[in-house]
Amino acid sequence: MTSIAKPPVKHPSSRQNGIGLTLRDYEGVMSTLCAGCGHDSITASIVQAAWEMELEPHRVGKMSGIGCSSKTTAYFMKQSHGFNSVHGRMPSVTSGAAAANGGLTYIGVSGDGDSLSIGVGQLCHAIRRNVNMLYMLENNGVYGLTKGQFSASADIGSTSKKGEANEQAPIDPILLALSLGATYVARSFSGDKRQLVPIIKAGIAHKGFALVDVISPCVTFNDHEGSTKSYAYTRQHEVEAVEADYVPLRREITMPETKGAVTVVQMHDGSSVRLRPTAPDYDPTDRESAYAHVRACQARGEIATGLLFVSEGARDMHELARTVPTPLVDVPFEALCPGQAALDKLMARYR
Amino acid sequence: MSGINDFAFKMGTVNGTGSASANGLLMQAIFRMGIPVTGKNIFPSNIQGLPTWYEIRVSKDGYTARPSEVDLVVALNPATYAKDVATVRPGGYLLYDSSWPLDPTLVREGITILGVPFGRMCVEAFTKDRERTLLRNIAYAGALAALLEIDMQVIEGMLNEKFGKKKSLLDANHTAIRLGYDYAKANFTCPLPFHLAPMDATGGSILMDGNTACALGAVYAGATVGAWYPITPATAMMEAFKAFCEKYRVDKATGKNNYIILQAEDELAAAGIVIGAAWAGARAFTNTSGPGISLMQEFIGLAYYTDIPAVFYDIQRCGPSTGMPTRTQQADLLSLAYASHGDTKHLVLFPADPHECFSMSVEAFDLAERFQTPVFVASDLDIGMNDWMIPRLEWDDAYRPDRGKVLDAAALEKLPRFSRFLDVDGDGVAARTLPGVGGKGAYFVRGSGHDKHAAYTEDSDAYQEVVDRLKRKFEHAAAAMPKPAILRRKGAEVGLVTLGGCDAAVREAADRLQEAGIAADVMRIRGFPFGAEVAEFLGEHEHTFVIEQNRDAQLRSLLMIELGVPRDELIPVLDYGGMPLTAKVVVDAVSARVAGVPA
Repeated sequence: MTSIAKPPVKHPSSRQNGIGLTLRDYEGVMSTLCAGCGHDSITASIVQAAWEMELEPHRVGKMSGIGCSSKTTAYFMKQSHGFNSVHGRMPSVTSGAAAANGGLTYIGVSGDGDSLSIGVGQLCHAIRRNVNMLYMLENNGVYGLTKGQFSASADIGSTSKKGEANEQAPIDPILLALSLGATYVARSFSGDKRQLVPIIKAGIAHKGFALVDVISPCVTFNDHEGSTKSYAYTRQHEVEAVEADYVPLRREITMPETKGAVTVVQMHDGSSVRLRPTAPDYDPTDRESAYAHVRACQARGEIATGLLFVSEGARDMHELARTVPTPLVDVPFEALCPGQAALDKLMARYR
Repeated sequence: MSGINDFAFKMGTVNGTGSASANGLLMQAIFRMGIPVTGKNIFPSNIQGLPTWYEIRVSKDGYTARPSEVDLVVALNPATYAKDVATVRPGGYLLYDSSWPLDPTLVREGITILGVPFGRMCVEAFTKDRERTLLRNIAYAGALAALLEIDMQVIEGMLNEKFGKKKSLLDANHTAIRLGYDYAKANFTCPLPFHLAPMDATGGSILMDGNTACALGAVYAGATVGAWYPITPATAMMEAFKAFCEKYRVDKATGKNNYIILQAEDELAAAGIVIGAAWAGARAFTNTSGPGISLMQEFIGLAYYTDIPAVFYDIQRCGPSTGMPTRTQQADLLSLAYASHGDTKHLVLFPADPHECFSMSVEAFDLAERFQTPVFVASDLDIGMNDWMIPRLEWDDAYRPDRGKVLDAAALEKLPRFSRFLDVDGDGVAARTLPGVGGKGAYFVRGSGHDKHAAYTEDSDAYQEVVDRLKRKFEHAAAAMPKPAILRRKGAEVGLVTLGGCDAAVREAADRLQEAGIAADVMRIRGFPFGAEVAEFLGEHEHTFVIEQNRDAQLRSLLMIELGVPRDELIPVLDYGGMPLTAKVVVDAVSARVAGVPA
């Protein structure tokens, strides 16, 4: 029942952002996920990020496929336009929407089943196409809606609730994205809002495909001893590569003083993301070192988190297709139809 | 047949050796002589080395169907000698390459065999291997020009147009065409009894294939997003769309494109892109063939159930599974009409030729947006890939797209509440909003159960209310579909019902039947769902034949299901071997039945 409406009560202390909206204005209908679901925490982070970025809700397309994670697009930004499509196919629907109207912000939400099994092809090709979108992969290693089967991100040896061990190698979406040339690759943990919110904001500001893999424990089917996607396991094994701070355009930059060199990546819209390596030799703008770091963590049984790789120079889908700056939906018909005179002239070629 | 401007000839060659351009040259030259002409390319699913044929029919009366018999065969592929010699009509001619001794398989009683040493002459005249192979084709075109009296000035003019800027190529082609022409003139009685004489019957016509015409229609309709996955025989449509867009859709001020073409990873993604783009408000389409339609089923259901306009071109090919990709059929009718699981019904257009491909291409986008639903243009390989002689295309500059019911911010302002799937007008079409519009306009598209307000539901009544509205919408669409094309004859007791590319053969068959004393009315169905005119026609004749190119009588099934016509009242005439239909198939089937002779 994903249409349960929240009571429209305004908390007197709710702060307004720069466009006069409160956090509540960025919320959606009541979640129907299990109590304690990691996905709900991610939803809260999306709400927070959108509020902080002052996104106009009606200029946002919320895109999803099928699964627990895909249901969550109903739980944030109720004034945004939502498209809950078919299983594993959100990337193509979003590609089409972005092709037609590149003027909107697209937030895609998917899960490990939706993205790494049925939809792994579409994910790969949306990365290759470099669709300008945020792609949230809410990763719990398990099929929740169908009650507990392993997903393609389940680690070898990870056990199901019934105790059965997974024997197939997992697909790591971070390594996949890095190898496919993705230009924004991050991983976080649903329980770590401090880390996740800036990653989401920078991902939205990123021009091109921004993959955010979020370990999101399934409290019902995959939060037990033996699971490598549980709260306990993730908290114990998380290794943050970089701390990210997103600095929007028009805001005075007031960053706390920190140790170590800070990398500032300028986003296409003038905002910036400041990355502070927690490992001394980590360079988040170098694909090779990002890959090596993720592999090294994996070998030690650790989970690399943070904004692992970012490159702001690549051309997105529209630049690759050399389309006009006006969204195609706004190009007037007169500019699209060649008319009778052109047709008359063309006919000579077919004589 | 077999007379002045009334005959057919066929070239049997090996694919990938350059024969296609020589065959095209011959057909176009005849067309430019003012004589109605048709060409059918029968080619393999292969890049080089397999048999290919090209049939050219000349018809002073303007018949454009595939010929029932062939007067002259040019046999240049030893692998198909036996088959090719067998297709020559009794009393007809065979032309072969006499550079080598006459193959015994080519010898047949009752036909005239003409040998021209094409290979040897080309080896003597040209030095490069590639030239020798390619120009052998031009040489046979020259011999045919002599035998059939094709105007050499026209041919040479066309060579100048084609190779004008490449002097060496031009000279070589002129040499080759003369080699064949001069040899035939010197050694045979030219022309043959059947040959050409200039007419003035093609001035208002063009030669165009259906894929080109569909693409041009999409450009004129204002489509901005094209998504596809390459597949025979649909590929050329997107290639043509791209070429037209490069010509007409580059913004002069910025040099940027007013269109985007996405070659997707598969047909599923192509359908997803179209649906996403159409949801966002663009006119979007994909072009594919039967296997692609199979892959798109789930997405088609989504678009249907969520009222999203989308245009799908199905350039049908032969068979289930991979089938015969380079052969034609009309075997996707049922899978289009009811595509996807659950209760679904779709709008389908059936163009008969490239001329209608152009107009129906535009119509498809209007219908899709007006009824907010997927629309299929059911072309086929024969229409899509062969050049057809059709009237020049025309355009009305007053045309503006029918965007259907779309609420903008101002319209939303006046509403107390926006309910996406609420049927206000009683026609089953609910007003939509486009992403980006503010105020009350936002809603949540979902393929899962939803009520008229677009909210999730598992409630029986709320679910049924939505699917009943979709049914109502479908029923309303019937009156908006193109009317059937009906040709009546006085006192007709026979009704011939057909669709799509069968049209030319069926109309020709009606003429033949008339000569045999059987008057037949013809109804060509142009759209699904069927309008009232279709139902009326079906009850009018003592014998009603349904002629189509599939094994299972799919059009007949649709007529039975949708109109309740009893099975026994519709006599199927089925042709499904993958070749374009000939009038003979229809004449034989009808005369056998009507004359009381068991078929």
